[in-house]
Amino acid sequence: MTDHYPSLLVVVPLISAFIISAAGWMNRRLCFPIAVAALSVATYCAFGLLLRVMDQGVIVYHLGGWPPPWGIAYYIDHFNALVLTAVTVVSLLNLIASQKSIARELGEKTWAFYTLYVLMVTGLLGMVVTGDAFNLYVMLEIASLTGYALIAMGEKRAPLAALNYVYMGTIGACFYLLGVGYLYIVTGSLNMVDIAGNLPALYQSKAVLVAFIVCMIGLWLKMAFFPFHSWLPNAYTFTLSATAGLVAPLMTKVMIYVMIRFILTVFTPKFAFATIAVKDPIVWLAVIAIVVSAILALAQRNLKKMLCYVVVAEVGYMVGGAWLGNRAGMTGAILHIVNDALMTLCVFLVVGNIVYVVKGYAFEDLKGLFRKMPFTMGAFVIGALSIIGVPPTCGFFSKWYLITGAIDAGHYGFMAALLFSSLISVVLFFRVIEISYYEPSGEHHGHEQHTEKMVEAPLTMLVPLLIVTFGLILMGMYTGDIVGRIIQFAIPVELV
Amino acid sequence: METIISIKPLLAVLVSLLITPVLVSSKTPNVREAWTFAAAFMMFMIVVSMLPAVLKGAEMVYTVAEVLPGVPIKFKVDAFGMLFALVSSSLWIITTAYSIGYMRGLDEHSQTRYFCFFALALSATIGVAFSANLLTLFLFYEMLSFATYPLVTHHQDMHARSSGRKYLLYIVGGSVGLVLPAMLICYNLAGTLEFTSQGFLAGTGSKPLMTILMMMLLFGFAKVAVMPLHSWLPAAMVAPTPVSALLHAVAVVKVGAFSVLRVITGVFGTDLLVSLGLGSVICYIAAFTIVVASLIALSQDELKRRLAFSTIGQLSYIVLGAALLSPKGLIGGMIHIAMHAFGKITLFFCAGAIAVATGKKYVSQMVGIGKQMPVTMTAFFIGALSVIGLPPTGGFISKWNLVLGTLEADQSAMLVVLLGSSLLNAAYFLPIVYRAFFCSKEESMFENSVKEAPVWCVFPLVLTAICSIVLFFYPQPFFSLAELMVQSITGR
Repeated sequence: MTDHYPSLLVVVPLISAFIISAAGWMNRRLCFPIAVAALSVATYCAFGLLLRVMDQGVIVYHLGGWPPPWGIAYYIDHFNALVLTAVTVVSLLNLIASQKSIARELGEKTWAFYTLYVLMVTGLLGMVVTGDAFNLYVMLEIASLTGYALIAMGEKRAPLAALNYVYMGTIGACFYLLGVGYLYIVTGSLNMVDIAGNLPALYQSKAVLVAFIVCMIGLWLKMAFFPFHSWLPNAYTFTLSATAGLVAPLMTKVMIYVMIRFILTVFTPKFAFATIAVKDPIVWLAVIAIVVSAILALAQRNLKKMLCYVVVAEVGYMVGGAWLGNRAGMTGAILHIVNDALMTLCVFLVVGNIVYVVKGYAFEDLKGLFRKMPFTMGAFVIGALSIIGVPPTCGFFSKWYLITGAIDAGHYGFMAALLFSSLISVVLFFRVIEISYYEPSGEHHGHEQHTEKMVEAPLTMLVPLLIVTFGLILMGMYTGDIVGRIIQFAIPVELV
Repeated sequence: METIISIKPLLAVLVSLLITPVLVSSKTPNVREAWTFAAAFMMFMIVVSMLPAVLKGAEMVYTVAEVLPGVPIKFKVDAFGMLFALVSSSLWIITTAYSIGYMRGLDEHSQTRYFCFFALALSATIGVAFSANLLTLFLFYEMLSFATYPLVTHHQDMHARSSGRKYLLYIVGGSVGLVLPAMLICYNLAGTLEFTSQGFLAGTGSKPLMTILMMMLLFGFAKVAVMPLHSWLPAAMVAPTPVSALLHAVAVVKVGAFSVLRVITGVFGTDLLVSLGLGSVICYIAAFTIVVASLIALSQDELKRRLAFSTIGQLSYIVLGAALLSPKGLIGGMIHIAMHAFGKITLFFCAGAIAVATGKKYVSQMVGIGKQMPVTMTAFFIGALSVIGLPPTGGFISKWNLVLGTLEADQSAMLVVLLGSSLLNAAYFLPIVYRAFFCSKEESMFENSVKEAPVWCVFPLVLTAICSIVLFFYPQPFFSLAELMVQSITGR
């Protein structure tokens, strides 16, 4: 049984998606429990895989027993085992938190939401677990198509935002496919390890260079790396908070995983950082991404959109860190994939709770929230501290590695951008905290007034949030172990 | 030197951290305050229980987690940390008593929140005192910044709001913008952040780099309020007076001074700074702050603002003492943390007691108050003497050592600054006391009906005033601790 964890991880959610769809016709109340069960199994498998990889090293799994290059192979090393765990945990927690709000927002159509939700998680897991460049494309399309549908299920402007996302996302996926096509032409294989084995002889080939560039641009479109970010803020703002809680933490992060996988495994660090001289320009692009998104975030007047721009800025952190071309930067980028998934989930769950209770997320709706929703806002403060990068929350430590990487590479522009973004984050979040901390005008100086009763979100929304919040601190305290026992082995030794 | 592995420093930090859920869930104010007292006493007892070993020259260490290669979250109790922890934890007990009198006397709102964040702030303060490396210190420094924010903005009005912004801008801006990169560069240079008796940076970088690092750390720890990064402190006076008393005369600002002293002794090391000639640069920055802050204090009519500017000057005494890089100067700087704490907290307590009893906040409105509130104003007088540095108060001991330090370091200009600033201190404090007691019946601004503040307010300020006098005759254990620390630094 344990041998089949890699396939179960993908197959169980895939089949469950159809079961949920069928259950929706018979008894709508079954949909949610089936979805939770499916993702719980996936989470269990992911943890099992992580422990096994830590114990035994890389796991190779041939789907259906077909050996590559004919069949699809799943490769699980320290890197994707870690990302798989993050994806399953985040999607499961968000699923549990979404139950009440989905029941209220969608009513009859809950089954559609849960079907798409589980299908999207299938796509995300498939992208992470697969060792086949074309299979990755298929999974990417599963995740994207379900993502478009989920995003379109939001408020009035959501369908338009989703359409915009469809255009950009499709172009991105096409670029990726084009790149994989080139690689197939020159190497004759779609298996990542095979490609990697055949490529070194072809490093001078123009086709390989084009393949690499086209792949990267495709992935950047998908991860909303500046200047390809314009689809993200509207798409993630106008959708349901339950959807935002899934796509915001995971979609961009998984795309960054794919990018790093291409740098590290398909192409080698030697090719990406030495053979072609694009390292510095990309880091500078990341610098611009971080600075511009931070400033755009500052210009927003509603919480959800502000957080969307923070997500775009964080993409800049990880792309920049990965392209610094040294071990510390790569460690920071990989660590930040996991940490950022958790902290983005934390703040988007907070938004979900706020929307559920006060039915709005504009800054004016936040007044007096500390009194109304102390636990939610307490979690928001911890999430904010993590995004700002205050120890002992996990955000500090990934930022530490990223900045160390910048110093090692002598790239002080990137270091300055990270510090600048931290300072802007202080302003961003304390502006929100200020609005929600100070009472509506005229009510101050009350003596232990209880005019505003506590109206917290329901427990099913609160408990996942508190778990994530606690996780932020726990991840921070265990950074040493995560880096020393997992991430260290995820990066090839030749990268110093 | 003997090293003992002990969980006590972690416990001291956790006591007040873990008490907060209990405070939140307490049914009545009395139960809540009882728990605060319990936590304060427990913290004090844990700190005191480590004192004998520290006085014998032992160090207590405890590693919580190895978060970065070579940089764990780790506690270390040495003589200097013990000195600061003793001051903070003992004054927390007294301030808790005073808080009860003040907050209930003025019938303040959100008292539960107030006591919770007070406990958190103390937890962070002790954490800073017992930090074994720069990362742990930074962690608790930031925790203190954020824990104090709700206390500074307690009144939740527009004034509090703008002060809160200023507070965060200076404090967090400094720590994230300057300390964090400086810390990373230090780590990159030395591969460690562990405080040692002669620093870990010696021989790792060029002179310009070292100078930049020192300045980044000196100004980045903006809680020490070295000019021009001082103006958050007068703004923070919008907080309730017990907060100003314990946090903005003792815990928060002294955390800044403590951090700078740790940087001077534990990160750079006195020998390195001597060879770089950086000591006198810091001396001149501190001297400038001392003189200018004292001059500004002269013109402040609001009592708490006058005290705030006085604090800015006094904090730079501590920095100056350390920057002299001579044994006596270091001792003077370190014990000034304790001596100034007892003196200044007395003054703040008095300001608060006057506000509770009469509602008056301005110096010009306090003519004749000594006749109505003799106990408070006598304590004020003693506190003022201590801050000026006159016998028979503890302030004299630290100032004496500072003066000896300037002679040892052959910095006669600093001697002039110290003596001149004492005159200025006298000029802004003594007239208040004089006019409080010596005025004709017609001049007095107070009715006979005005009485002393409630006993919860008066008792703590009497206690701290007595402490200030006792410390003159018996400056222990602070003096021995400072001496021990200097011995370990100079190796003599």
